[in-house]
Amino acid sequence: MTTAIQVIVDALSVGSLYALTALGIGLIFGIMRLINFAHGEFVMIGAYMLMAIVAQYEPLAIIVAMVLVVVLALFSERIAFRPVRNASPTTMLVTSFAVSYFLQYLFVMIYGARPKGFEFLAGLAEPFVIGTIRIPKLNVAIVAVTIVLLAGLALFLTRSRFGVQMRAAALNFRMARLLGVRADRVIAVAFALSGILAGVTAIFITVQGGTLSPGMGVQLALIGFVATIIGGMGSLIGAVLGGYFIGVVTVLLQFGLPLEMRPYREAFVFAAVILVLLARPQGLFRGAEARERV
Amino acid sequence: MQARLPSLEEAVRGVWPLLSLAVILVVLVALCSLGPVVLQRVATDALIKLVMVVGLYVFVGNSGVLSFGHASFMMLGGYGAAWLDVPVRYKSILMDELPAFLGKAEFHPGLAALAAMGWAGAFAFLIGIPLMRLSGIGAAIGTFSWLTIVFVVHAGWEEMTGGTSSFNGLPIYVDLWVALIAALFVMLVAYVFQTSKLGLALRASREDEAAARAIGVNVWRARIASFVVSAMLVALGGVLQGHFLGTVNVTQFYIGITFITIAMLVIGGTGSLAGAVIGTVVVSVIAELLRQLENGVDIGALTLAAPAGLRELGLAGAMMLILIFRPAGLTGGRELPFPAFLGAALGLRPR
Repeated sequence: MTTAIQVIVDALSVGSLYALTALGIGLIFGIMRLINFAHGEFVMIGAYMLMAIVAQYEPLAIIVAMVLVVVLALFSERIAFRPVRNASPTTMLVTSFAVSYFLQYLFVMIYGARPKGFEFLAGLAEPFVIGTIRIPKLNVAIVAVTIVLLAGLALFLTRSRFGVQMRAAALNFRMARLLGVRADRVIAVAFALSGILAGVTAIFITVQGGTLSPGMGVQLALIGFVATIIGGMGSLIGAVLGGYFIGVVTVLLQFGLPLEMRPYREAFVFAAVILVLLARPQGLFRGAEARERV
Repeated sequence: MQARLPSLEEAVRGVWPLLSLAVILVVLVALCSLGPVVLQRVATDALIKLVMVVGLYVFVGNSGVLSFGHASFMMLGGYGAAWLDVPVRYKSILMDELPAFLGKAEFHPGLAALAAMGWAGAFAFLIGIPLMRLSGIGAAIGTFSWLTIVFVVHAGWEEMTGGTSSFNGLPIYVDLWVALIAALFVMLVAYVFQTSKLGLALRASREDEAAARAIGVNVWRARIASFVVSAMLVALGGVLQGHFLGTVNVTQFYIGITFITIAMLVIGGTGSLAGAVIGTVVVSVIAELLRQLENGVDIGALTLAAPAGLRELGLAGAMMLILIFRPAGLTGGRELPFPAFLGAALGLRPR
């Protein structure tokens, strides 16, 4: 029973991180069919910014880092992604791959390739103890903040003018533009939101891992990327569910696999991804309008 | 239609795209061979990359489907050959947990290379059957997932691969000339493939999949065929790399090499063999210059050294510029044009 609860909390918190990442990638993908590989680098840079500013005051570091990541997201859209906006999804994918690599090695040049230890919000590492159950405060925080963010995003998308425009653009970009939705503005809002999500992810990853390295975002972006696709291309709820799906599968495999199979955990996760792609190429939880048209 | 021999003009124009690239390459390599040993090693490394990039091109260029998974075939090739041709005296010390039929055996490196290509080709065929049903983003993720699976299995299976540490003791037989011959061979295969009936059908599906299907092209089958050929050529690249450095390591064949080979192909232009070759040459030259900057340049009494990471930064920057300003790559997806003066010299009608 004790283990079961711990596994569930574990799965939920890992899934929450993946869901936030998948949502950050999915928001942009829905509108412009761009898989933003560089999302992982947004997270990485957010973490480095926390480290650079933390000496002053932790809440200030959080705010400044978030703002910087949002600015970076908007800047990369303007410089790299806007010129290729009308190219094929594959070209845009390669572009984001290049942006990701560029940012990663920019930080190798600045901070060096070696991982740096960095303790942030150390209080979150301690567990809540309820009887025999020990649950790290961090995991609870991740799940709680994710729920709040998802609720806020849902409100934004359904109630605000920009939110409705974004959903319209995701459904049918050309039609939305014909009806007066400003393409540049909607895409900028999507990138800004994606930046906020990356900033929040950066905080949690930093607290959880305790080390920073320029390559730290890659794995996360890959998972987010996969979660977006198997969740259903372009469906935001699908991206969130896809993130939780991968989180749960990962934790269950970690738990359920016999010891000698543990090193192969990722292989099983990605084999599952291939199976989903083949069996349901439209994704597990597909939006109605996501079909590629001839 | 009646079969007939091609006229001189057709023959010259037909082999020109391949011949011109081969001549350029041979001249460049001959020049490098006169240089210092370091330059020769750099050129050999570039030729090995060329084998990989042209191999990748056979699939990506002809089918128009992006693959993030080809590094897996380099890995299968590199380790496949190592299992067969590492001398028994090394295996018995370094890899004493190998099964007896590998641990107690030692094959000729040439045989090992062929077997390794077959090994990678067999996997490409098996995984191609399901994966080649996907296109666009789905294919990119599917092939990437496959790469991760191959990486994780090689990194985890310590008895067979030594895990994340290097598998050493590969006989070092690759020098500038071996690499050149391999590169020319791979270019020949790529050119024959792209001008074959199957290759042309595949290129038609790249331009318009629905139209190609409508005229009776079996896109799935053509993609599988090119995927297998491409995987075997890329595997040869992995074999060469292993027998150039004398060692194979799983991290050699993962995201880094995937990025570099795709960058080379995209910068040159994915649509033509000339793009693959020119992209590799150009990127190799830029990368080498940036690497020397990282190592430091002497200007008078002063040594200027750029921080590590400049090479990757420069490559990524070059790739972004190409994608933004010249999305079809340096060659624009065309083969080298047949120069008019040569046509006049041969007495051919100008087109």
